[in-house]
Amino acid sequence: MDEMGKVVLEYVKDEYLEDEDEDIDLDTPLISGGIVDSFSMVSLKRFLENKYSITIPDDKATPEAFDTVNKICALVKEFTK
Amino acid sequence: MSNIGSYDERVKNFDWSISEKELEHKQDDVINIGWYCSDRICEKGKGGKTALIWEGHVGEPKTYTFDDVRRASNTIGAFLRGLDIQNEDRVCLFMDKIPELYLSFLGILKIGAIAQPLFSAFGDESLFVRLENAKTRAIITQRKHVGKIRKIIDQMPYMEHIIIVDHDGKKPLKDKEMAFSLEEADPVDNFEIFPTRAESPSVLHYTSGTTGQPKGVKHVHYSLISQYLTTKWVLDLQDDDIYWCTADPGWVTGTSYGIIGPWALGITQCVLDRGFSAENWYAFIQKNKVTVWYSAPTAIRSLMKAGDEVVKKYDLSSLRHLASVGEPLNAEAVIWSEKVFGKAFQDNYWQTETGSIMIANYPGMKVKPGSMGKPFPGIVGTVVDPKTHDPITEYGKIGLIAFKPGWPAMMRTYWNNEETYKSKFVKGWYLPGDRSSIDKDGYFWFVGRDDDVINTGGHLVSPFEVESALLEHEAVAESAVVSKPDEVNMEVVKAYVTLKPGFEESKDLELDIMNFIRKKLSPLAMPQEIEYIDKLPKTRSGKIMRRLLHAREWGEEIGDTSTLEDD
Repeated sequence: MDEMGKVVLEYVKDEYLEDEDEDIDLDTPLISGGIVDSFSMVSLKRFLENKYSITIPDDKATPEAFDTVNKICALVKEFTK
Repeated sequence: MSNIGSYDERVKNFDWSISEKELEHKQDDVINIGWYCSDRICEKGKGGKTALIWEGHVGEPKTYTFDDVRRASNTIGAFLRGLDIQNEDRVCLFMDKIPELYLSFLGILKIGAIAQPLFSAFGDESLFVRLENAKTRAIITQRKHVGKIRKIIDQMPYMEHIIIVDHDGKKPLKDKEMAFSLEEADPVDNFEIFPTRAESPSVLHYTSGTTGQPKGVKHVHYSLISQYLTTKWVLDLQDDDIYWCTADPGWVTGTSYGIIGPWALGITQCVLDRGFSAENWYAFIQKNKVTVWYSAPTAIRSLMKAGDEVVKKYDLSSLRHLASVGEPLNAEAVIWSEKVFGKAFQDNYWQTETGSIMIANYPGMKVKPGSMGKPFPGIVGTVVDPKTHDPITEYGKIGLIAFKPGWPAMMRTYWNNEETYKSKFVKGWYLPGDRSSIDKDGYFWFVGRDDDVINTGGHLVSPFEVESALLEHEAVAESAVVSKPDEVNMEVVKAYVTLKPGFEESKDLELDIMNFIRKKLSPLAMPQEIEYIDKLPKTRSGKIMRRLLHAREWGEEIGDTSTLEDD
């Protein structure tokens, strides 16, 4: 797991997991799995933008692009190049 | 052939006794929604018919027949009765869209208690405010949500039972908590249903206003009469339909049309307890061969955004009737749905307080994209002048939507707030708080709210609630909350804040405040943008002039600023 994956995974666990016993990994469905809803996705996008000093265009911030930590990292890397 | 047939003929010959006769209900009879939605369907010989097809995030889909629903709701009812839950006690349902939510709803009604469904994404503060107002005696929940209840339980001496439906034994239960497993409980086949009457309270739904705390809208068992008939004539549900209502039962659409209407008609319905994705939704429709689909503009716009190519990957030919509710369905979405699904989403209009659909488009009636349609037969609706409250006769002139009171599902009061309830009735009209115009063909065209309530994703959020919560953040000195336009959600929450000394504006602080509100209230109430401001616009008497900020967001004329405090 790379550093970005660790950071994003920890943030999602801290901010969005309601059940302490629930565990997630880099490929756990977040949006389609009901862990992060479409409104909460806005705060996750904001975290990524702040953390990595990027701007993610709204048309790229789709439920599909945010559905797993791995997909999120891939999206962030697209904008940090 | 649609159930309603000719709308004009129905309007001419209408009486609510049509519904009463179909439900075999006579005045002064016992009427219990829980019985109507399960036992009666079984007595009609449909006990073996599928009532619920449920699919969640993980695990296998589950299917329940009407007999399963009857027995499961009996079992839950018996369990609650064993806890000494009495007639008219409030029992909160605080769960995701799992089968226990639907089955418990009926179980609570069967014992004559009042069902209080609450959206499971509510934070502890939003939850407390609503439970405190209702003095709720018991709450049925899941272990993932218990943490929120534990944060507030000490403030709720009236709350006696916290019933966890998926307790796995890994951690000890705390005071007042108990486990209940529907799968492990002894099923109850014969159950004495409480003899509720027409005016017996049934459901308490909370809705937000501009000022003050959320209001508990009290409904009664007689609401079934209009919920049943509107389901039949607007949603056009017929015996062999497979129905999907995407609404969560934490909101009134999810109970009136996600439980009561369809099951009182003996219809098979599907529930998908999963986060939104266009692929998931289309796959669900294809798999279950959904025929009637009742959804919301925000979801429809999200589907539009996902694109037409996704639709083509799935066989959605089963769909025969589509309806939408929650906020006005823009013309673009209506036209798009006709293009990709072969059917236009038909908009309809109603609210928590009305309990059932009030204005709608009907099968067979011409759809005017962007219009809510016409009043349901038996509903006398018009628009009135905001000052005189006299009906406006000029076509196209904007006024306040108004209905003649007295339809079966009309709320009976706001819980412990009779004064606010009475204020909704003016000059013999019930005023929902929305503005509209009526065209020469009698179609209603929604314009907007008459107050500052924010309608985001079809759900009402109170600026007052959000502002109050913002003031609890250590950095916030003052706040003003308004709506800002959004392509998908129509509007979203935006907060203007001034900071306390010692705090500096930053993006990290903005995110911290957003997450603070998201967890305290709900994701819906979370400001999607926070703007730091040196000074909020106020009148000389110190009242925040939200409308100036609103006008700025929406590009509108600012209007009269003569009362604005000087700089």
